[in-house]
Amino acid sequence: MRLESLNRSQLSLGFLLGWTDILNKYRRSVIGPFWLTISMGVMISCIGLVFGGVFKTPMVDFLPFLTAGLILWTFVVGTINEGCFCFISSETLIKQLPIPFFVFVIRVVWRNLLLLAHQIVILPVVLVMMGSNISLTTFLAIPAIILVVLFLSSLVFFFAIFCARYRDLSQIVSNVLQVAFYLTPIIWMPSLLPERLGAVILDWNPFYHLIELLRAPLLSSAPSFTSWLVVGAITILSWCLTLLLFARVKHRIAYWL
Amino acid sequence: MASIQFIQAEVNIPIFNAHNRSLKNRLMHIASGGKLSADTSGHVVVRALHGLNFSFREGDRVGLIGHNGAGKSTLLRVLCGVYAPTQGKVLRQGSVSSLIDVSLGIDHEATGRENIYLRGAFLGLSKKEINACLGKIIAFSELGEFIDLPVRTYSSGMHLRLAFSVSTVIQPEILLMDEWLSVGDEGFKQKAEARLTEIVESTKILVIASHSRDLVLKTCNRVLWLEHGMIKMDGEPDEVCAAYFG
Repeated sequence: MRLESLNRSQLSLGFLLGWTDILNKYRRSVIGPFWLTISMGVMISCIGLVFGGVFKTPMVDFLPFLTAGLILWTFVVGTINEGCFCFISSETLIKQLPIPFFVFVIRVVWRNLLLLAHQIVILPVVLVMMGSNISLTTFLAIPAIILVVLFLSSLVFFFAIFCARYRDLSQIVSNVLQVAFYLTPIIWMPSLLPERLGAVILDWNPFYHLIELLRAPLLSSAPSFTSWLVVGAITILSWCLTLLLFARVKHRIAYWL
Repeated sequence: MASIQFIQAEVNIPIFNAHNRSLKNRLMHIASGGKLSADTSGHVVVRALHGLNFSFREGDRVGLIGHNGAGKSTLLRVLCGVYAPTQGKVLRQGSVSSLIDVSLGIDHEATGRENIYLRGAFLGLSKKEINACLGKIIAFSELGEFIDLPVRTYSSGMHLRLAFSVSTVIQPEILLMDEWLSVGDEGFKQKAEARLTEIVESTKILVIASHSRDLVLKTCNRVLWLEHGMIKMDGEPDEVCAAYFG
């Protein structure tokens, strides 16, 4: 049952649940999740004004960079943070029905992807306003988002298991992500870093590669080969770890909830 | 072929307090060689089911009786695959479905129609299968135009009628129940009763937990009496009921 592989209707259950979560944001609110888009827009304008001034970066470069980066970061962080509560928040369901655990992982990832789709609409507006060129390279974002979603799914799965057992881990995760936000070039541009520091903060920062893999094509440049390599490698590594962990504890997760 | 076999099955449920749920304390524990939290290192474990050996075959109508906390609900959870036995083995063949909580997964903000799809998906039905029996479900629930209103606007009777109508479209080989379901006003009750009886009769194995002597005597052909997670008695309904209910 729960331990066997997913069949098609179970797979679609995950998507249906994620979709229902989004629908619920629309109920009794005409624009629903677009409220998040609006607040994102306000935040981008403010950060753009302040930090664009502080770093003396030309708006034409900085604003598209900031917009893409902040939206993608919100997606990555939102997914991981919600992943921590993935099984905990579905406790009643898990304890009553033998639904495969991965269904709940699909729910979280799909819900956040749909939210991303709501927020990304800001980007073309900013690109047009800044008169940026849009090229075919943008299509590289498609394989990039697939790879990123694969990676995030494993991370959600991993933290969902771990947080079911150790409830304070979610705090640690959100703290680490908060720190990572400042270490990753999102509100500051990598070109501002002195070269030697940049080599450390950027090359060894998986979040940089994760964001850059998607941000670069959205801003019409190809992501570096290193970024593909790093994200590909951490995806494989993280899936291996997650599946090892899951194989060890799958019978016990229901008892932890 | 539907069958269920328990071989020396045990269920031990760990009870966590805030202390051993904490990763920090766990790390401190490792770092300090266990001295810092020596008193809290032993996990408290509740032995919910102990050394269960039995098998259910096709045609079995099993009643589970026992006092509160005897392990009936835990056993139902093992039967439906939510809990894996911590020791021993449970072998199961056949599709399992439970009518324990028919409202499970119903979203109060969503409309009745949306909830049919949602609840149907929880029962393992595909969208196509639900589309095929959507009309039947709506007709059975007698909700009429209310089907397109959010469930939060329903009375509790309407809510149950909807949940019951969706949950009973499936025909599982193994059916699990916790007490008999009784839904709605007089008119609906009879209809629901007929539908439920039909499902119970067509299922290959029925397991029903109950505190009611009449129900057990009426529906079951075998009774398991659980006490402290162990089988106290297993046999004909007349005998076991006589011993249990006195």
